[in-house]
Amino acid sequence: MAEELEKVDVVVVGMGWAGGIIAAELAKAGRSVVGLEKGSSKKRSDFIGVKDELRFDNRYHIMQNLSGDTVTSRNEVDDTALPIRTTKDMQLGTDIGGASLHWAGATYRYWPYEFEIRSQTIDRYGEDKIPDDMNLQDWGISYEEMEPYYEKWEYTAGISGEQDPLAPERNRPWPNPPLMETPSLKLFKDATANLGLHPFQVAAGNLSQNYENPDGEQLNACMYCSFCTRAGCDFAAKSDPLATVVPTALKQDSFELRTRANVRRVLYDEETQKATGVMYVDETTGEEYEQPADVVVLAAFAFTNNRLLMLSDIGEQYDPETREGTLGRNFNGQYNSAFNGTQGLFENERFNLYMGAGALGAAVTDYAADNFDHTDLDFIGGGAIELRQYGFGAISSSNNRPSDTPSWGKQYKADSLHYAYRALRIWYTNIAMSYWHNYLDLDPTYVDEYGDPLLRATYKFGSQERAIAQFGVEKCHEIMEEMGADIIQDDEVPEEFNHVYSGGHYTGGVVMGEDPETSVVNNYLQMWDVDNLFVVGGSAFPQFGGHHPTPTIGALSYRAAEGIEEFLENGEQLATAKGTLRA
Amino acid sequence: MDNNERKGKEHKEKTFSRRDFLKTSGVAAGGIVGGSLLGGLVGMEHGSNNAQQPESATGSDGAEGGQTAQAETYDARTFFSRSEDFETLAAATERIYPEDDNGPGAIALGVPYFIDKQLYGFWGANGTDYKMGPFRPMASDTHGRQEKLNRGDMFLLGIRRLQEVSQEEHDEAFHNLDEETQDELLKMFESGDVEVPGMRAEAFFSLLRNTTIEGVYADPAYGGNKDMQGWKMIEYPGPRMGWTNDIQSEEFQSLEPESLRSYQGGGV
Ligand SMILES: Cc1cc2nc3c(=O)[nH]c(=O)nc-3n(C[C@H](O)[C@H](O)[C@H](O)COP(=O)(O)OP(=O)(O)OC[C@H]3O[C@@H](n4cnc5c(N)ncnc54)[C@H](O)[C@@H]3O)c2cc1C
Ligand code: SF4
Repeated sequence: MAEELEKVDVVVVGMGWAGGIIAAELAKAGRSVVGLEKGSSKKRSDFIGVKDELRFDNRYHIMQNLSGDTVTSRNEVDDTALPIRTTKDMQLGTDIGGASLHWAGATYRYWPYEFEIRSQTIDRYGEDKIPDDMNLQDWGISYEEMEPYYEKWEYTAGISGEQDPLAPERNRPWPNPPLMETPSLKLFKDATANLGLHPFQVAAGNLSQNYENPDGEQLNACMYCSFCTRAGCDFAAKSDPLATVVPTALKQDSFELRTRANVRRVLYDEETQKATGVMYVDETTGEEYEQPADVVVLAAFAFTNNRLLMLSDIGEQYDPETREGTLGRNFNGQYNSAFNGTQGLFENERFNLYMGAGALGAAVTDYAADNFDHTDLDFIGGGAIELRQYGFGAISSSNNRPSDTPSWGKQYKADSLHYAYRALRIWYTNIAMSYWHNYLDLDPTYVDEYGDPLLRATYKFGSQERAIAQFGVEKCHEIMEEMGADIIQDDEVPEEFNHVYSGGHYTGGVVMGEDPETSVVNNYLQMWDVDNLFVVGGSAFPQFGGHHPTPTIGALSYRAAEGIEEFLENGEQLATAKGTLRA
Repeated sequence: MDNNERKGKEHKEKTFSRRDFLKTSGVAAGGIVGGSLLGGLVGMEHGSNNAQQPESATGSDGAEGGQTAQAETYDARTFFSRSEDFETLAAATERIYPEDDNGPGAIALGVPYFIDKQLYGFWGANGTDYKMGPFRPMASDTHGRQEKLNRGDMFLLGIRRLQEVSQEEHDEAFHNLDEETQDELLKMFESGDVEVPGMRAEAFFSLLRNTTIEGVYADPAYGGNKDMQGWKMIEYPGPRMGWTNDIQSEEFQSLEPESLRSYQGGGV
């Protein structure tokens, strides 16, 4: 029997950016808040002295251990899904900070067009432009409404950037100047400028200088140490929850953080149609607890957010046969149709590619959003073209070689030693759409360590995935040619989704909008059906934007925090449902 | 100063065992014993992380002198039971990353022992993988690992299958075959032309290939990349505090590598 604990104002499930922001904001407002994090405690010294490629890049030390639970995956509605068994193929955040600790830091806002993608596409190109299989939806919020929340997150995180010449003029500049320009970035910027494009330095969650954020948290200048993506920062120089919102929340007496608290159910009262709290297992002792709360916030990343609602029987499960139901609908994300591009090998130049930082990079957004005419193109939307200097370890660099040469043996050894630092990659961060046939539900076969069904992802490319990827590869090729590479190896556009969940850009299923027919939450991420349940994170994206997701997750979290505070004041549904254009 | 002078006796033992390895693996037939191979094995300079090593470290307790000396002295199989399995593994890794003019191959870099250690640990036992059934290892080309077998099992079964195929096709142990024949057999696994129980031959091959390369370039703390020779060949400097002062440099910087142990301050 679960032990019932003392009721609090707000219980927050998950302690990444999303949960950390909610916890910090509400605790600052004096609300009693309990944070429940499935993973273990983490602190800065966990990352000091452990710069180790094998451990983090090849053994995925920082990712969620999948022995307890994972996600199953299939392409077609009538396939049998298989569980994704290894952390190589399923990279989920865990511990305090979640994936928001090991993210790289590449920071973009989504475009005004992207928030209103359905209406603006129809305005510009007519309704026929939208393919039949695509559930293209507006977000129910405009860029103008989002801007203050973006700004708030960027200042909390201390993002280092410069104005993208094509993006809307910022209300306030980025809080910190951009990171340094390296020879590889300069080569990209020169080449793209020659081609008439508009290069700029990628805005980074790696700090260009020491910085105190508005909550009084001190962040330090990035050292370009290169052990960044898939690892935590030992210098508090990465914009992550451990350097910002988590300590801010912990400074408030009204906040309590419990780790190794694996939430298994949202407790729900049919009669009042309210969530009453959550049930969790203490993973250290195995004891079960019930944590009652006035407001329940799910901020446990897209997969768990969906799964907890499904396991708790809250919301109406989407059914692809009838196309009825909203929960699990519009599952999307940047999988192998995004981040395709080309690799250039330079015979006469070696770059210091073992130096770098997660978001050190240069980009152009000439092919993002609707910044280019789509009249004669067989796809909608776009993305940035980026060159990134992450800082690569020796195992990773040993993969660089002409792609038509062997991957082992004498020639491989000679080639890989020669090309290790002569290879530059550029890619297209293109948008990823939602389609009627892609959704999340519970798996009928595979279960977690407690016997609860795993989440099942059904995902295949829709009508535009390959076309937009091909476009990106061609544009990347032109740029690489201008950069002067001697060998240019274009990515082959994949035929189909390959069940690799390695980039952390998985979203949807509990999507936001104006219309309860096509969304689960309103634009405060409050559930339409359950007023005191907020579902925060990428799960709210109706489709993916043409850039990395985290700033939008951060911004939406600030908006949700505002909504929760308002709800605690007046106890009401915060939005009025409107019928939108149904896909 | 080279290793030989520094560590005297132990080092000789080490060299002999490596030469035995190479003799039996057929690599010696390539005529490298007298030349670059010995150069690569014996004449390697110590990286700066061995600075703490007393110059006088000699004799049987010389092992205390530093991490490298210890690793070289005490490397032993703790996962692979049958020596023939280990010899086959070693010979296969050497084909994947062979000794050449650039420097040592997988055996001299300690890769077989690296793999042995990896398989003994949580990774070899798939400690962080989802391991519940039903298992359908052949059902899909694109769902990553689906085998019921863990990585340790996969290595053992794959290596034994390699031995069998070698006996069937050439009536000879794999590690005694010449390089070309070894390569041919490995290519059969790479392209999936061999049946291996419970897994695809390609899955075994890519595990073997990738783990070998990891052993070449992972930090020497894991037992491979002996004396950071892998890093020296690829001109990788190892973990450092940061590169703020160098990252804008137009010139490629080729530095003597430093190890994780050195980065951590030399241990407790
Ligand atoms: C390698 C990598 C690089 C990335 N780089 C970038 C980038 O450059 N730019 C960018 O914009 N994005 C990037 N991302 C994506 C980014 O990491 C995510 O968008 C972001 O971290 C999501 O934040 P979140 O708070 O929603 O989830 P998380 O940070 O993952 O937090 C969710 C938390 O919930 C916890 N949790 C889950 N289930 C339960 C449960 N049942 N009970 C209790 N707690 C639970 C988890 O343990 C976790 O701590 C990257 C992702 C990866 C994997
Ligand atoms: S590159 Fe910069 S932000 Fe990333 S881990 Fe190193 S110091 Fe921290």
